[in-house]
Amino acid sequence: MRNLLKIAVRNLLRYKRRTLLTASLIAIGVVFVLLFVAVTGSFKSMMIGQMTDSMLGHLQVHRKGYLVSIDSLPINMNLRMQAYKKLEGILNQQSEVEDFSPRIKFGGMFSTFVETTNIRLNGVYPDREFKTVPLLPSRLMNGGGKTLEKGEIWVPDLMSKSMGVKIGDTVVIIATNKDGSVNGKQFKVSGVLESATGPGGRDGYIHIEDAMEVLRMEEMEVSEVAIRLKDFGRLYAFSDKLEGLLSGELNKQGMPIYEVHTWEKLSPFYNIARMIDIMTFFIKLMLIAIVLISIMNVMTMAVYERIREIGTIAAIGTLPGKILSMFVVEGFCLGLVGAVTGNILAMIIMVIINHSGMTFKFGRQILSVSAAITPMDILVISVIVIVISVIASLQPALKASRMEPIKALRHV
Amino acid sequence: MVGKEEIMGLVVAENITKIYSVVATKVSKDYTAGEIAIRALNDVSFKIEPASFVSFVGPSGSGKTTLLNLIGCLDKPTEGNLMVADTDVLHLDRKQSASFRGNNIGFIFQDFNLIPVLTVYENIEYPLLMVQNIPGGERKKRILTMLEAVGMVDQKDKYPDQISGGQKQRVAIARALVTNPKLVLADEPTANLDHKTAFLVLESMKKMRNEFQTTFIFSTHDQKIVGEAEIIYSLEDGELVGKQAKGGKGDA
Repeated sequence: MRNLLKIAVRNLLRYKRRTLLTASLIAIGVVFVLLFVAVTGSFKSMMIGQMTDSMLGHLQVHRKGYLVSIDSLPINMNLRMQAYKKLEGILNQQSEVEDFSPRIKFGGMFSTFVETTNIRLNGVYPDREFKTVPLLPSRLMNGGGKTLEKGEIWVPDLMSKSMGVKIGDTVVIIATNKDGSVNGKQFKVSGVLESATGPGGRDGYIHIEDAMEVLRMEEMEVSEVAIRLKDFGRLYAFSDKLEGLLSGELNKQGMPIYEVHTWEKLSPFYNIARMIDIMTFFIKLMLIAIVLISIMNVMTMAVYERIREIGTIAAIGTLPGKILSMFVVEGFCLGLVGAVTGNILAMIIMVIINHSGMTFKFGRQILSVSAAITPMDILVISVIVIVISVIASLQPALKASRMEPIKALRHV
Repeated sequence: MVGKEEIMGLVVAENITKIYSVVATKVSKDYTAGEIAIRALNDVSFKIEPASFVSFVGPSGSGKTTLLNLIGCLDKPTEGNLMVADTDVLHLDRKQSASFRGNNIGFIFQDFNLIPVLTVYENIEYPLLMVQNIPGGERKKRILTMLEAVGMVDQKDKYPDQISGGQKQRVAIARALVTNPKLVLADEPTANLDHKTAFLVLESMKKMRNEFQTTFIFSTHDQKIVGEAEIIYSLEDGELVGKQAKGGKGDA
């Protein structure tokens, strides 16, 4: 093998300019794919992180059937106290769970005494909520307080602007409870929340006990329980486990009480994430085409230019299999050089991008680009390039190995 | 008529009272050019003893190269029988032919055909490494012996484009002999050399024949160097038309 490599490398160096051009083409392809994967991957992770860490949590548990009517925030679809306590008991026993936060979600009227509009509200235990979605306090603008006391409300930025509401103002929340009666309560604005992309990104927050008071709940009912895991990578395994644990909990009609959803089912961004994955797949296909065509072209040229040499080595007894190996190893080396160069260049460009502090706007959010690539991505792309290089060199190599020495020796 | 038996895929002669390097019996070779059949060799028969220094002479198109290609298992006769190094080469398949050539035949080409990306040393090493898989120590010993024999020790690290034509042909001789072949075939080995160098190359070939007792068969159309051969076969229009022998070697 060492000798095959030596001969392959020397043959590649024989036509330096051509080898350089082909290796550069492959390297540029690798750079573009890696940068695309790195930037879109970072964008995806950022967006997923924003949504799961500031709104959704990693997964949520609702009463069965709640999700299909989530847009209307139905308070008659809440989990009763007994069901919540049972769920709380199960979650407390799970070592994978970092924390979880019960929420009462409802829609109501928001009045400044001058103007009135509608608002979606989350009633939460602030300490539990901040542990479950730790980026929520970071969305507070204008130096608002970092805690949410009873009697206080955090309003979304857009509402604050359109209604002219400032921190310290008094507002009234009016809501209809399960029985159809209307109730209202005064709140002091203690925070303005920056809007975030995704469901719940324009919701207001109040203390859960205030929510119970507005909705005249005698005992706590819970619209959803947001869960944060210690390891996000175990999301699907834990989701399956939790579904299994909760599937045995049935209501009086024998129907399941709970439904479990990962963030993907709760956010339309999941479709964008899927589109990014599909785009990445097609970009990889383009890389495969670049590598395939360029290696095949170079190796076909190499075989054509070396017909007499092939004739010579075949005449002196080199077996067809070894001649095939010589050209395949040459293609392999070319792919390897392209992949390694591409990886190194991509790393350097990523470092430059990360140091330059590039940003882009996503809706109202300004995201700074933080290109990052996993060793697995590097490995997968390198393996693709090298395997395709070998495949691309097979046809010319087969041609060389099947050449009749007598004809090859006559070639001018 | 020679008896035959099949051993390890090769048809091997037995009951031969005298061993020959090459036995050709009524060998003919036809080529087709479009729809026209051309007879390149017609009914050629001869026997060549081991350690002979044989030349096939004749004008262009007389069939010298065709005959050498048949003896070298690079092509197969259309008719007749051909035994090379005790082996009926007619029945060898492509892979067996390659293996047979690698172990029994050395080639010297008119254009030297050295591998340009390998040094003099590596060119001689190539058949030992890539064809015969000879271990490192033995390989080195054989290469140095050959380099000394052809007087190229001080040029061993040079590439083919850094040495003269005569030196290239000496390297080719070393490469042909390093595998200890039973016979060496040289098609017009001096055609691209001046006369002085041509004689030096033939001297090298003779010296190697004497040292290693290998059969040398070469073709040429150059009358000035023909006399260097001990047995001279003349070919004309694909037919063997004459034979001259010096020193009792040759046809039985």
